[in-house]
Amino acid sequence: MSLLRDALLVAGKDLRIERRSRVALQQILPFGAIVVVLFAFALDSDRTVLGRAAPGLFWATVLLAALLAVGRAFAVEEANRARDGLRLSGIDGGSLFLGKAAAIAIELLLLEFVLGVAVVVLYDVALHDALILVLAAVAATIGLAGTGTVYGVLAGGLRARETLVPLLVLPAVTPVMLGGTRAFEAALDNSPGDAWPWVQLLGAFAVLVVAAGFVVFGPLLEEA
Amino acid sequence: MKRLFLAATLVALGVTAFFALYVTPPRENQGFDAVRLLYLHVPCAWLAYLAFGVTAIASILWLIPRTRATTWDLLAGASAEVGVVFTGLMLVVGSLWGRPTWGTWWEWDARLTTTAILFFLYLGYLALRRTGATAEERGKRCAIAALIAFADVPIVHFSVSWWQTLHQSGTVFNQNLDVKVNGSMAFTLILAVLSFTMLYVYLVMERFQLAQLEEGQEERELRLAIEERVRAEQAVPA
Repeated sequence: MSLLRDALLVAGKDLRIERRSRVALQQILPFGAIVVVLFAFALDSDRTVLGRAAPGLFWATVLLAALLAVGRAFAVEEANRARDGLRLSGIDGGSLFLGKAAAIAIELLLLEFVLGVAVVVLYDVALHDALILVLAAVAATIGLAGTGTVYGVLAGGLRARETLVPLLVLPAVTPVMLGGTRAFEAALDNSPGDAWPWVQLLGAFAVLVVAAGFVVFGPLLEEA
Repeated sequence: MKRLFLAATLVALGVTAFFALYVTPPRENQGFDAVRLLYLHVPCAWLAYLAFGVTAIASILWLIPRTRATTWDLLAGASAEVGVVFTGLMLVVGSLWGRPTWGTWWEWDARLTTTAILFFLYLGYLALRRTGATAEERGKRCAIAALIAFADVPIVHFSVSWWQTLHQSGTVFNQNLDVKVNGSMAFTLILAVLSFTMLYVYLVMERFQLAQLEEGQEERELRLAIEERVRAEQAVPA
């Protein structure tokens, strides 16, 4: 089980850095909150429109914040040549991937919780079917964190990293945006039956991304 | 040889244009000429699939250690570049056709959404190619990115196709292989696909050759820089 232990080690390292530097707390979270407020301005704070569009706006906000979280997770490795440290640590590429993706996923889940509360309060959304909402959010977050981690290491060490990662990640996570939005819409609309196919899509995407990342992370890290 | 091929391609495209503009009928029940855009739209769509398919195969060949060669990386890049151009053209032509026919420039249906995403995925791939690194580094990053891009499309396609779709199903390559066009229209379509495929081959050849020259130039510059450095070191008195 050294695979999981190593992954926990890496995830713990990243989360400890975030706890101490407070970048996620003091920059990424407020960023997400201001995007939620901006969407209300964009739709002229019309409660009915906001309520109906809430699932899509929520996931668009999460996607934007996820780009920052991914950028942050790999900026940490660029500083002080920490990337070389990772490479020399002898930890298997698959474990490194799981660890980094898990850290991003945990940050995103916390962010989603806070943003979710903000959306419920500000956009006047009534919650139903909490189980589906939570399952969809977890599956979507794993897919999002996995994709971000793959592209983060892919663009690692490149000059144009900061601008390249969003361009690569956003089209690749369209299944998350689509599935998350539809699942939330169906759940909030009190028709959980319609939500299940989308939760399954999110789950399938998460499995595929994690499998792909597990395989390619090591070779990509060596290269950069 | 290449000039001859170019001449043949141009002739084929000219014949296609003649057939598409003068020989084929306008659509009876719609009575306007917008249907002629089909002879541009369908070959563009075919080239997009062909080009990204070639990119994916070349990327796989690069990733397999036994067949790894810079050639495959350069071919993948050249093909993707041509593919992005034709995907863009397909979207524009489809939009121009959709306005008079469907009454809208754009519709969020399965086929259109998937294609737009395909376009952005490969724009990202091309951006990644241009980020300057050694051939080995670029090869690995790009090959993996190309395969992820290629795998993402079916996911999007199947997820959105659970909705009703406005775009018609395959006209030629449908489930029953029942060709729904006939006569001069079918002939012109086949001609268009063939002549555009020739155009694709020509463009990829040109682009590939240019990429090889660029690669050679970079190596030459590097070698010259090293030689200069060695000379400078030797010139310093011990």
